[in-house]
Amino acid sequence: MKDMLVQVEPLIPSLRRYARALMRDRTTADDLVQDCLERAVSRWHQRRDGSVRAWLFTILHNLAVTQFRQTATRGRHMPIDDAGERELASAAAQEHRLIYQDVLNKLARLPEEQRAVLLLVAVEDFSYADAAKLLDVPVGTVMSRLSRARERLQQEMEGAAPGNVVELRSVK
Amino acid sequence: MSQRPITEDDLHAFVDQALAPERRGEVASYLNDHPDAAGRVAAFASQREQLRSALASIANEPVPAELNLSHIIEGRKRRPLRAWMAIAALLLVGIGGLGGWTVRSLLQGGSNGLSALAQEAAYSYGVYAPDRVRPVEIRASDSAELTQWVSSRLKRAVKVPDLSTSGYRLMGGRLVATSHGPAAMFMYDDDQGDRLVMLTRPMSSGSQDAPMMPHAAGDIAGFAWADRGMGYTLVGQLPGDTLKPIANEIRKQAGPI
Repeated sequence: MKDMLVQVEPLIPSLRRYARALMRDRTTADDLVQDCLERAVSRWHQRRDGSVRAWLFTILHNLAVTQFRQTATRGRHMPIDDAGERELASAAAQEHRLIYQDVLNKLARLPEEQRAVLLLVAVEDFSYADAAKLLDVPVGTVMSRLSRARERLQQEMEGAAPGNVVELRSVK
Repeated sequence: MSQRPITEDDLHAFVDQALAPERRGEVASYLNDHPDAAGRVAAFASQREQLRSALASIANEPVPAELNLSHIIEGRKRRPLRAWMAIAALLLVGIGGLGGWTVRSLLQGGSNGLSALAQEAAYSYGVYAPDRVRPVEIRASDSAELTQWVSSRLKRAVKVPDLSTSGYRLMGGRLVATSHGPAAMFMYDDDQGDRLVMLTRPMSSGSQDAPMMPHAAGDIAGFAWADRGMGYTLVGQLPGDTLKPIANEIRKQAGPI
């Protein structure tokens, strides 16, 4: 169990980040991570050799997919939760907040499958091959979803007021 | 010069810094000559940076109490303790002669010996189901070896029931000691990590067949029966009406070979 604590605990923040970006709602996301951790604890002995991080993300992702199927029958979701609203309280951060919120809102409009790939690859730094394994799809599918996600996000951004785009690009 | 053509995948891999250095160079020089592609790549890279920045703060939030891993591990440990207390309660009630018919039938022996079997299964459940390190000695991946081993020790052909239709996967099994000789224990779990234990061993003489009998105490429930001289029991921390169909499934599968 000590071994597990050492290996799993440092990954919790990134699991929360992925869940929040995917689910868009803070409570739903944290519930999902909690569920994921419970399962990880109970199945620790069953995991195969390989990356603990990929194993945890696989559990989390599968839980999210189940959740999506359930909510699909209940209509649209809530808007995305502010990304760390309380943590962005400083003046400088406030300035960025609207921009962040904007990109997150656009992300939220992507189909779930595309959103998952974009997050795993561009934010969580999984390789294309690892993302494919995690999502249980061929690498070609990962690439086409990634491409569609980026094109669509770009269209959304260009669709915004021109001044907005310039402002967005100034953020590095 | 026969350079592989630049693909869309290359452009994405360029953005994600996933290209080998040589290919990266080729893509970079392609982008120099193709401003449209370069514009798209720049836009994708900017998206990537914006997403990472926008989401970074989530990973920096203090982890909420309900996601404290030590608490979650503690919580899991407490469940088996409840299981043990349930077994203890069962024994006390039985010894005191205060129990209902299920408890008495479990403990008073009776001619069919199912009660002893049920008790043995409850003990095995209490010992092995909470074990996070080595709940089973032989894992499901070696189920042929497991079957061979327990069959040779029990001197009976033992089948491992497949409970996947009930949502339970075989984790594996082991041989356990009982006051009636060796028994085969198989453990299963579901997607929630809830575990079930099935115990089987030859019945002592005179109890060839016995109808399915429920036994329960606290949050441990089970069903026991005998079929052609083999005793079977299924135990878990589930309500009896959830366990019953699974026990029926085992009876169907483990029946005469």
